[in-house]
Amino acid sequence: MIRLENISKTFRVRKRNAGFGRALRALFSREYEDIHALRDVSFAVNDGEMVGYIGPNGAGKSTTIKIMCGVLTPDGGACDINGRTPWKHRVAHVRDIGVVFGQRSQLWWDVPVIDSFELIRDIYKTPQAIYKRNLDELTDALELAEILKTPARSLSLGQRMRCEVVASLLHDPKILFLDEPTIGLDAVSKIAVRQFIKRLNAERGTTVLLTTHDMQDIEALTERIILIGKGQILLDGTLETLRQRANINASEMTDGNIATDAEAWVAALYKEYEI
Amino acid sequence: MIPARGGLRSPYLALFRIRFTHSLQYRAAALAGFATQFAWGFMYILAFIAFYESNPHSFPMTLPQTVSYIWLQQAFMSFFFIWFYDNSIFSAVESGEIAYELARPMDLYARWFSQTSANRLAAGALRCLPLLVVAIVIPAPFRLVLPTEGTRILLFFASMFLAMGVVVSLTMLVYISAFSTINSMGTRIVVGVAADFLAGGYLPIPFFPDVLRFAVELSPFGAMQNMPLRIFSGHLYGEAMMQGLALQVFWLFALLLIGRILMKRALRRVVVQGG
Repeated sequence: MIRLENISKTFRVRKRNAGFGRALRALFSREYEDIHALRDVSFAVNDGEMVGYIGPNGAGKSTTIKIMCGVLTPDGGACDINGRTPWKHRVAHVRDIGVVFGQRSQLWWDVPVIDSFELIRDIYKTPQAIYKRNLDELTDALELAEILKTPARSLSLGQRMRCEVVASLLHDPKILFLDEPTIGLDAVSKIAVRQFIKRLNAERGTTVLLTTHDMQDIEALTERIILIGKGQILLDGTLETLRQRANINASEMTDGNIATDAEAWVAALYKEYEI
Repeated sequence: MIPARGGLRSPYLALFRIRFTHSLQYRAAALAGFATQFAWGFMYILAFIAFYESNPHSFPMTLPQTVSYIWLQQAFMSFFFIWFYDNSIFSAVESGEIAYELARPMDLYARWFSQTSANRLAAGALRCLPLLVVAIVIPAPFRLVLPTEGTRILLFFASMFLAMGVVVSLTMLVYISAFSTINSMGTRIVVGVAADFLAGGYLPIPFFPDVLRFAVELSPFGAMQNMPLRIFSGHLYGEAMMQGLALQVFWLFALLLIGRILMKRALRRVVVQGG
């Protein structure tokens, strides 16, 4: 069970205009701007649910994920995940979760992938039997057997991303956070990753929360969608209710041309909320 | 590689092991390090000999003591010098890779401590033996004279590991400072040069002017290479040696405590760069 109540987070960002003169002036007086990354974000996710967390760039999706992973401390609000507050009980909390930050890598750059996996096993103190079972199952499902002995630096993006997904599941997490897990993947890899996540959720009841800009990910994977924009939760509902809502507005805006594919109706929603 | 045995191992030891074996790969670096340190030590000794020839009685250490100080310092350089940083820690903080490190069930302070110690030990392990062998067989006045009493050698080792602990816990403060600077290069260089000078990295502390020497001997810098190197050569013995060892233990615990407090504060305000 994941519950967030009125979570807010502000970042202080230094600003200055372009140009040498401005840069010189900034040496003496600095201008800061407070960016409200999250404002009163509240939602709850039940065990075994699969939720898509969408919104335009800079909406606060990754910040929310990082707060739920215990990486960032919010300025205000409460968060309870299986009885723990992530940033207060970080070490105990992260033992039970898995996370993929699509833009970063958790694999050891210079060593074969299998060495990274074994290090992760030791970090989570996963018993050898469970590790072996998960590794076999995951390598089979994501077709990794041939690349396990390759150093991470020699992998293609798609191969690496599949390894990242495996790396975050070796310790049997109850909750999986995926922050743009299909970024930069080709069609085959995307489908493999999606099928795999779906199976994981169905067979093991793993709670999955994923952010993505790929609407096909959302259509293929999630029933429920949370829409965030400018740090605020705007909509929380099933795929169908969001689609209908978008269609109503889209038809108003585009003279009855009903948006059918996901890209279009999500764009219509972003437009409606001016985010 | 040490074979994986599975079962429950400490994650910190696992990290230490992968770091240690990883650093051992760099044979060319070790060879270059050996050559550099041998040439450097030789040059240093030549310069000191010139000074000693002008007036051998005006120096606080005898020539053989100074020679032994220099050879051991060069052999175990990676244990003693602040500037031997673990650059992967700085880049993890500056690029935002730190997000993954915080999403692991590990204490970040202990994690950095163990990986940076592993780097230092691995670099030292490869370089010290050939250098010491050469230093023992070359003719006087360049020869390294070994102590005859076993207890002195034992105390030297104890003091050397305490010194490395003090050095690592001081570098931990530099790592932690990276959280509050955008680029830590300045801090790295300033702290590295100043600390290594005060620790006796360029001139042994007994050669310092009296006021400075007195202050430095009580500071954490006096609890670094100063102690083991002077114990080995017999310059420090008896009660003064015991006081020195006690001071090393004191500074080790004090710096560990300060580092832990600062780390805790830094993590509350941590910002993950790059989204």
